[in-house]
Amino acid sequence: MASVSDSDLKDLTQEERVKALGMTTDQLTGRSMYIEFDPEATERFAYPWAPDVDFNQRTELDCDGLTATEVNERMRDLMRDGFGTIVIKNPRGMHSIGVGILNKLNLIIEGSTGYFAVGLIDGPNVRINGRVGWSCGENMMAGTVVIEKNAGSTFGAAIRGGDLVCKGSVGSRTGIDMKGGTIIVGGDTGALSGFMMQRGRMVVCGSAGKNLGDSMYDGTIYVGGEIQSFGVDAVEAELTDLDKAWLTRKLTQYGLMPEKGVDHFTKVVAGKQLWNYDNLEPSEKKLIL
Amino acid sequence: MCGIVGLIHLNGSSNVGGEMTSMLQSLKHRGPDSTGYAVYGEANPGDYIMRLKVAEAEDMNRGRGIHDVLEERIAKVDAILAEHDAKVSVKDRVRPYALRYVLSHDGDTGEMAEHIEEVEDVEILSLGNGLELIKDLGDAADVAGAYGLNDFTGTHGIGHTRMATESDVDIKSAHPYWAFPYNDVAVVHNGQITNYWIMRREMERKGHRFMSNCDSELLAVYVAHDLANGVTLEDSLRKSIQEIDGVFTYLVATKDQLGMAKDTMAAKPLVLYESDNLIAMASEEVAIRSILPQEIDTYDPYDEEVRVWQA
Repeated sequence: MASVSDSDLKDLTQEERVKALGMTTDQLTGRSMYIEFDPEATERFAYPWAPDVDFNQRTELDCDGLTATEVNERMRDLMRDGFGTIVIKNPRGMHSIGVGILNKLNLIIEGSTGYFAVGLIDGPNVRINGRVGWSCGENMMAGTVVIEKNAGSTFGAAIRGGDLVCKGSVGSRTGIDMKGGTIIVGGDTGALSGFMMQRGRMVVCGSAGKNLGDSMYDGTIYVGGEIQSFGVDAVEAELTDLDKAWLTRKLTQYGLMPEKGVDHFTKVVAGKQLWNYDNLEPSEKKLIL
Repeated sequence: MCGIVGLIHLNGSSNVGGEMTSMLQSLKHRGPDSTGYAVYGEANPGDYIMRLKVAEAEDMNRGRGIHDVLEERIAKVDAILAEHDAKVSVKDRVRPYALRYVLSHDGDTGEMAEHIEEVEDVEILSLGNGLELIKDLGDAADVAGAYGLNDFTGTHGIGHTRMATESDVDIKSAHPYWAFPYNDVAVVHNGQITNYWIMRREMERKGHRFMSNCDSELLAVYVAHDLANGVTLEDSLRKSIQEIDGVFTYLVATKDQLGMAKDTMAAKPLVLYESDNLIAMASEEVAIRSILPQEIDTYDPYDEEVRVWQA
């Protein structure tokens, strides 16, 4: 470390102080910027133990009289038997249906589910004809989930990949801590959506509640309606032609393209002014601030 | 965690006791410690229904002498009712420690209630023209069976399954809470109130009594204080969101209304179903589906959302 007196340091800018103290001035981009997942690779990825299912083999599973554990176990049995299309009947708000499916599958849930529906999945395509409770698609890695009605809070919490789509409105804290993938909401979303978001994209065709994108590290949020308020460090960015092309493609794909197009969407990103974007350890900060 | 449910029939009475039992039983996993009901039936005009307990359930394990103690307490309650010229037409001892009175009374019911609660360990669970508040240890099936609630007919009700956290597993800490001494007001709550003691002292300075250390009781007292001072239920609920800190979702029932309020963080769940005839709400959809198995549309109310429905 260069020998610099306290009085010398006092007259320097923060960047000069950092240099004088021998610390790096590289722009810290955050852990989330490291490429941990190759989207192309995940699309092709298959677990060695994944059953080889045939989409043309279709069967139904009635939840009446079964516990959630029994439903999930029977689904696994059916997949091991080669069924690639499973229709779940009469879920009636049952929790934890379809969690942890790590192989390709067409899953159709005819009705509404409770908490944690299709969480921790990696690959299946899911359609839910009803509503879902809290934490639908939590920690999802790949695949698509389309919900025809509304969803509860923490929709797509910590999602890492795939498309999670709710055609209705969702509760609060949508996409909290999301690390990749795409969340699309046809209606409105509640407070603190995108809270601590790290990567990925979120699209809200309706309005967003207060503190949108609070403390987001990275990622992008698009909102078609009103934004009640921005969260800490969430800022508006320019909606580029690339953004518009991507929005048009995605919203058209799921039948959610607004009649007036996508030009009116507001793009929200991280301002990256929070303390965690500083590259100094707390003890080092004390020295120079 | 706790689970809360509420329902209101907009066009007449129904078997709210059976419906609520079904809803509460499906939320047993959210809190198996105790279960409570505040249901609103069809009392004769001029009649008051009073539910009270003269001991905690666990007191019944204190030996044979407890029965004599309870007889003494009940005799004192009866004497106070007589002093206040209350005419008792029905007196059911539903459980050894729980009683239901139907009475007529022309005087100050608040003063009468205060006198009754001067008897040691006696707590009035509810007093009103329509409200009947029942709470006890165990799940909904246990409580409904013991108190004969499965056939209760009424217009609306709220209920609670409790997972005790900050206060004991006993009846006095169970929900719902009646807003003593205001007739027919009851509250159930899921959450934590972080400025409870500040708000409680404020309410105590205004002359309100608290029977437990459970933060949920504050909500009942708070709303009842407002209603007694001419504030509408909706305005009181909106005001509470600004003045009461914490994470909470709570339901309030009056003689002819049912209301809900969600805090600024929307951290506690509630699922809502609305139709022309029935409004039903619960911490989890599975409770609503227990009485409406067909496909229905439901949604989560947002942060700071307040709704009030009229029976």
